[in-house]
Amino acid sequence: MTTTVAKDAMRKGDKTIIAEGTRMIPLFIMGKRYYVPETLTIQKAMEYAGYQFIRSCGCRGGICGACATVYRLEGDYKLYSGLACQTVVQPNMYLVQIPFFPANKAIYDIEKLPYDVTAIQTTYPETFRCVQCNACTKVCPMDLQVMDYMAAAIRGDIEAVAEMSRSCVMCGLCTSRCPAETNQYNMAELCRRLYGRYGQKKSQQVAKRVEEIKAGKYDPMIKELQSIPLEELKKRYEEREWEPIISEGWQPKETKYL
Amino acid sequence: MGYTPEMKELIKRVEATRPARIERVKQGIQFPKLSLAEAQKRLRTYHPDYKEDGRREFKIGPNKGDGHTYPDEVVDLFEANSRIDPDKVDLSNPDFETDVLIIGGGGAGTTASLFAQQNGMKVIIATKLRHGDANTIMAEGGIQSADSPVDSPYYHYLDIIGGGHFTNKPKLVEAIAKDAPIIIQWLESLGMNFDKTPDGQMRLLAGGGICRKRMHSCGDFTGAEIMRTIRDEARNRRDDITVLEYQPAVEILLDEDGKAAGALLYNMETEEYIVVKSKAVIITTGGCGRLHIQGFATTNHYGATMDGVVMAYRAGVPHCFLYATQYHPTGVAYPEQNVGLLITEKFRTAGAQPVNIDGEEFTFPLEPRDVESSNIIRECMELGKGVPTPVGRIGVWLDSPMIDILKGEGTVERDFPAKFIQFKRYGIDISKEPMLIYPTHHYQNGGVEANEWGETKIPGLFVAGEVLGGVHGENRLMGNSLLDINVFGRRTGMRSAEYVKQGVTIKKLTLDHVRAYQKELKEAGIETDRISPMLLPDYTNPEVRNRQLTARYFGTLR
Ligand SMILES: Cc1cc2nc3c(=O)[nH]c(=O)nc-3n(C[C@H](O)[C@H](O)[C@H](O)COP(=O)(O)OP(=O)(O)OC[C@H]3O[C@@H](n4cnc5c(N)ncnc54)[C@H](O)[C@@H]3O)c2cc1C
Ligand code: SF4
Ligand code: SF4
Ligand code: FES
Repeated sequence: MTTTVAKDAMRKGDKTIIAEGTRMIPLFIMGKRYYVPETLTIQKAMEYAGYQFIRSCGCRGGICGACATVYRLEGDYKLYSGLACQTVVQPNMYLVQIPFFPANKAIYDIEKLPYDVTAIQTTYPETFRCVQCNACTKVCPMDLQVMDYMAAAIRGDIEAVAEMSRSCVMCGLCTSRCPAETNQYNMAELCRRLYGRYGQKKSQQVAKRVEEIKAGKYDPMIKELQSIPLEELKKRYEEREWEPIISEGWQPKETKYL
Repeated sequence: MGYTPEMKELIKRVEATRPARIERVKQGIQFPKLSLAEAQKRLRTYHPDYKEDGRREFKIGPNKGDGHTYPDEVVDLFEANSRIDPDKVDLSNPDFETDVLIIGGGGAGTTASLFAQQNGMKVIIATKLRHGDANTIMAEGGIQSADSPVDSPYYHYLDIIGGGHFTNKPKLVEAIAKDAPIIIQWLESLGMNFDKTPDGQMRLLAGGGICRKRMHSCGDFTGAEIMRTIRDEARNRRDDITVLEYQPAVEILLDEDGKAAGALLYNMETEEYIVVKSKAVIITTGGCGRLHIQGFATTNHYGATMDGVVMAYRAGVPHCFLYATQYHPTGVAYPEQNVGLLITEKFRTAGAQPVNIDGEEFTFPLEPRDVESSNIIRECMELGKGVPTPVGRIGVWLDSPMIDILKGEGTVERDFPAKFIQFKRYGIDISKEPMLIYPTHHYQNGGVEANEWGETKIPGLFVAGEVLGGVHGENRLMGNSLLDINVFGRRTGMRSAEYVKQGVTIKKLTLDHVRAYQKELKEAGIETDRISPMLLPDYTNPEVRNRQLTARYFGTLR
């Protein structure tokens, strides 16, 4: 019984299926009231209300940062924020979307920057104007400790900035709230790149393999795979040895293709 | 919020079988893998590609009568009119001129721009949404490269071609297997953060259908990390790389000799069309999840509507393997707000098992994706062992709490921070409760036909990334797409520069191929008011659409 219902439901793609008896609640999109089912995300509620997005919609899955939204709830002075594709509507939510907020992007050559605080001083000097007001942390929809990574940047702790900003979706909400006019997320991007370029050690194994490939080591092996009959190719595929899940010290029996 | 009381009751059955399943995993006992022959049979019976209804042949264009049937949602785009009337477009005064025009600002497009630029080109990237709003930024699991001492491009090649049912184009497979370490090294040099040990060794992970640990990653947002890094670099080179956002291409332009010569763009905000003239064109428009083939939900971003294949086809370039669509076995089936979103394969490599309503295992957790999906569909639709959701969807459990038990408390939260938050927002703690999953449309598999340099049959027209067909044959393995977008981004960036440098003179621009296509439509008796490329899916409430009654529009308001 459930299976037949589901077969039908499966054909509805992404269209949210609204359960019977779902309550309709008032939602104020830029001050204008619409009634929407209470289970929807802000993004889907706006589509329900009749909007077709051009801006403010990218991944629809909480990672691109296109759908930054700020809102207040009736009778509450507080300012809230969220990603529209990840936040469920509440009754009497007053919202506006910020699909774009101007931010300073420094132009630099990663090869020419030092791995210390001066890299930040020369590219994003405004970072040092931070007054530690914490408005950025409060508004961040990814719950990052934005003010703390700004403090780490000021200390020149590039690795800490990289770690603390790792899941930044670059939505720009922090920048929109900053009284010191800093550009937190672009500065954090710089730090992540500096950390990847200079802080993390390069993989020796990757470098070694690149050399081997450039020297043509694997050309004959691949040519072999391209010239054997299909049946033989299938056989080799089926007979591959599998590296076990816990593989410390594991060595395959066949080593001539390594 | 969280699970309903009924679902919580069902979760108890999963908890009841868990200790025994954990014990078996510890002893290295897993549900057995299907043999090649059994897997083939499973696919033919349960994989959506093998359903006969809802598919038809191509009646026009280069793939007419190629012996395959394609989903209606795909054919509809090709049996459709151009958005423009060629007679009304003035091609004599281009709005922009450049060396290389790249259509699509995702991963492949951005990598192509960097390599074209460093080979002396002026580049324009025209993209539909913002730069980086793309499938690339959504990729979670990782990127493959055979650089471990117990691995080699030989095994990488075998895995790719076996995963694709031996249908892949060998030269294209060779390109990605051999270029992979070069790409990883390049990304390292740009400052991409990888999961490494303190001495710089990559923390390599296993993946579905791959015989060695070969997955390189950055948490569960590897794609975002790649996209952020290369986008930042493209912005650093803004003197040579211009990005036009919210201006998707709607047709390729050719010159009188039949060379690629630019594209017609559409400014979605001002609704005007813009002519870009260029010496070479690289199409990097990505995939097609938003077509909702056979009604499946999707993991893809908002702009994944197959535009590139449509434009290239109108210009005369065939496609290949579009008959095969990739469904990711583990898409979210609950909560309803997240339906379709991806749960990365890494949950299964870390130890989470798919189990049915009774808490029983029914599949080897790391079958190739098409087989794994078929097994889940079979369990739900045929054997009736699926778990219903309150709105009538169905799914099976993915037992994520196993990960913390196997690898230590806190592993789920640490290794899958993005997914952890996404479920926490709905009151579900995935380190304690399993996730409900069902296959979701994930990847295009096929695409525009081109050689190992991304060159199509039209001089000066290149393709790279998900829009390119043949690399993965009928089925892609995890981690090979982030790889191929970079490999072919790099290759087309370099090759387009070579092509331009040998001296290209663009003659008079034309849209005659669009006229010819319209004629072919008519001669085939296809009368329709459909328009393509689709650009954006339509999710507006149909009841509101029905009330949009403006009969004709004149002046400012529609
Ligand atoms: C949720 C998810 C998880 C994934 N995880 C992995 C993984 O772990 N490992 C892996 O290898 N692969 C993964 N993939 C697959 C991989 O991410 C994609 O296949 C790949 O990133 C595609 O890159 P691309 O550059 O070809 O396309 P995209 O990154 O999608 O970029 C295409 C761009 O073109 C633009 N565009 C589209 N039409 C037009 C037009 N008409 N004009 C102008 N611009 C246009 C789009 O807006 C977009 O910006 C995943 C995919 C998804 C969706
Ligand atoms: S740090 Fe700033 S840009 Fe990044 S997610 Fe938080 S608010 Fe958005
Ligand atoms: S909002 Fe600006 S000033 Fe306030 S803490 Fe954040 S960075 Fe500093
Ligand atoms: S649409 Fe990408 S984060 Fe919401």
